[in-house]
Amino acid sequence: MYRSIMVPVDLAHLPQIAGAIDVAGDLARHYGATLIFVSITAETPTSIAHTPSEFQEKLSAFAEEQAARMGISAAAKSYASTDPSIDIDEKLVHAIHDTGADLVVMASHKPGLVDYFWAAHGAHLAAHTDTSVFLVR
Amino acid sequence: MSDSNGTEPIPEPEGAANVIETDYEVGQDNITPKIGPFGLDIHNPVFVVSGLVVVAFVIVTLAFQNQIGPMFGDLRTFLTSSFDWFFLIAGNIFVLVCLALLVSPLGKVRIGGADATPDYSYVGWFAMLFAAGMGIGLMFFGVLEPAYYFATPWGDQPLGRDLGIVDGELADAATVEAARLTAMAGTIYHWGLHPWAIYAVVALALALFTYNKGLPLTVRSIFYPIFGERIWGWPGHVIDILAVFATLFGLATSLGLGAQQAAAGIGFVFGIDGLSDSMTVAVVLIAIITSMALISVLRGLDGGVKRLSELNMILAIVLLLFMILVGPTMTLVSQFFGNVGAYFSEMVALSNPVGRDDDGFRQGWTAFYWAWWISWSPFVGMFIARVSRGRTVREFITCVLLIPTIVSAIWMTTFGGIAIDQMIDRVTESAVYGYVIEDYVPELSLFGMLSELPLASITSVIGIVLVIVFFVTSSDSGSLVIDTITAGGKIDAPVSQRVFWVVFEGLVAAALLLGGGLAALQAASVSTGLPFAIVLLLACYALIRGLISEPR
Repeated sequence: MYRSIMVPVDLAHLPQIAGAIDVAGDLARHYGATLIFVSITAETPTSIAHTPSEFQEKLSAFAEEQAARMGISAAAKSYASTDPSIDIDEKLVHAIHDTGADLVVMASHKPGLVDYFWAAHGAHLAAHTDTSVFLVR
Repeated sequence: MSDSNGTEPIPEPEGAANVIETDYEVGQDNITPKIGPFGLDIHNPVFVVSGLVVVAFVIVTLAFQNQIGPMFGDLRTFLTSSFDWFFLIAGNIFVLVCLALLVSPLGKVRIGGADATPDYSYVGWFAMLFAAGMGIGLMFFGVLEPAYYFATPWGDQPLGRDLGIVDGELADAATVEAARLTAMAGTIYHWGLHPWAIYAVVALALALFTYNKGLPLTVRSIFYPIFGERIWGWPGHVIDILAVFATLFGLATSLGLGAQQAAAGIGFVFGIDGLSDSMTVAVVLIAIITSMALISVLRGLDGGVKRLSELNMILAIVLLLFMILVGPTMTLVSQFFGNVGAYFSEMVALSNPVGRDDDGFRQGWTAFYWAWWISWSPFVGMFIARVSRGRTVREFITCVLLIPTIVSAIWMTTFGGIAIDQMIDRVTESAVYGYVIEDYVPELSLFGMLSELPLASITSVIGIVLVIVFFVTSSDSGSLVIDTITAGGKIDAPVSQRVFWVVFEGLVAAALLLGGGLAALQAASVSTGLPFAIVLLLACYALIRGLISEPR
């Protein structure tokens, strides 16, 4: 049913998204789909990488590692932003179109007061694309 | 995939660049407390110490106004009059370094690696760096400064030359023309190559050490070649805290003083008496400017700050073109070349640090300006650095040094030239003479000049809107810079932090406006110009060493 499953990841917060990655892996095996790990990074140096291209290398390595671990096929695509805190939703929407993903699996936090000010990223994707969105809590 | 704001997938490795190997990881000293529902990601101790220092300064200033005001005022005067030679020499060095980089092979180095592509078009880039760096000053000083130098009765004209108007009497034609040229040369000197060279050095150094060397986007990174790993400890903390202090107080005090000026302008344009003394109007203006800045930072760099800067530039161009067209167009064009000629021919005399007897001008104006630009340089430099990835050093110097200098010269020629012409025509009858020389009401000088041109009611409103929008574009970019420094160089920290800094800046401005002490703390922030001047000279050295190690 699904051919390519996009999994937004934050390499700086892997423990929080481990559950979502496993769920995505199970789905990928079930449907024979490819996982596409997507990340939005800053153009400035971050705790993960000095440059956007180094970041892409690390994300690709991460994708390969996950593919081998779960026995599925996986790809990685990162997008650089001059203001990632604000642009992340817009960039994720762009990534869905760019990668042609037909399902998004992502980790989400429990809703709280802050969600009244800033909608959660998953909610934004569901509201602004026609792709299925699976939030893992 | 067609837009240029970074939504393309990341290209293949960006080409050769010489990354500095350090064990420091961006954000390693950060703490992530939760305050209520808001998660933070802040540098410890820079965020906490900067915040506390700012609050402490505000409280002490409010409590001991009568002592603090004169103290900081005297400190600033002491620094600019005792170290004027140092400021002038430093300014000259910055210009020489930039010009040398422009023509040397180092000009080929590209920010972000040999194959990096620019994030912003020339227009968007230029609009942002101009709006952050200088905009509001051009509105305030465009009429004031040339008119002042032309007829100052206080003896502080450039190079101590003869004045165009003495005791309300116009001098002979030759003296008037000479005084006009000297006034314009002195003004362009303060708004031309020197200030932009200060910004360019800081911005280029930050951009290089961030995008090519892989160090965090924060002021301390420039000093890695000098201090090495120690930069991640207290020497670096002090530099960053000082940068936050200078930026926040620079912004908040100019916001407070600017709101009063805008209130006076509104009162003048709409003929409402007493508005200039109205605290309520000024506080409302601070609230409006802060709210607009808040919307801007929440919409982000591309969606907010850049768009607002572009709007700002369009409005400024409209006003400028209007003035050129309704003013004496051809005269202004020929004056432009005359003024630029005078600027270059007087440059050596104006920038000479020793053996001069124009203390009032050299210390009161030039050294003050240099200290002011230098105290703003961490803010403007960091903002320019952030948006300059993908440019070569040569493009960078051209667009951050040469083009802004030309724009400043056109602006000053137009606003100052028309103002001086009005003074020559109507002498003591002119509004400009009234507001600049007779009764010194500097905030009305622009509106006085506009009032004697056609369509004054429209242009004055554009003038007020421009003043307000220029404050917004300084406030939003400044808050982003403070947020980045206090987050240890992270630009992807939680959004609530930038909200905090925008609001905090507005509150500091309002508190100082109501309680008194705006001028005192502005003097304190300008006083940071001296330590930063030393820091920037070191930065020149670090910059050149860093560039030499880059592949060209």
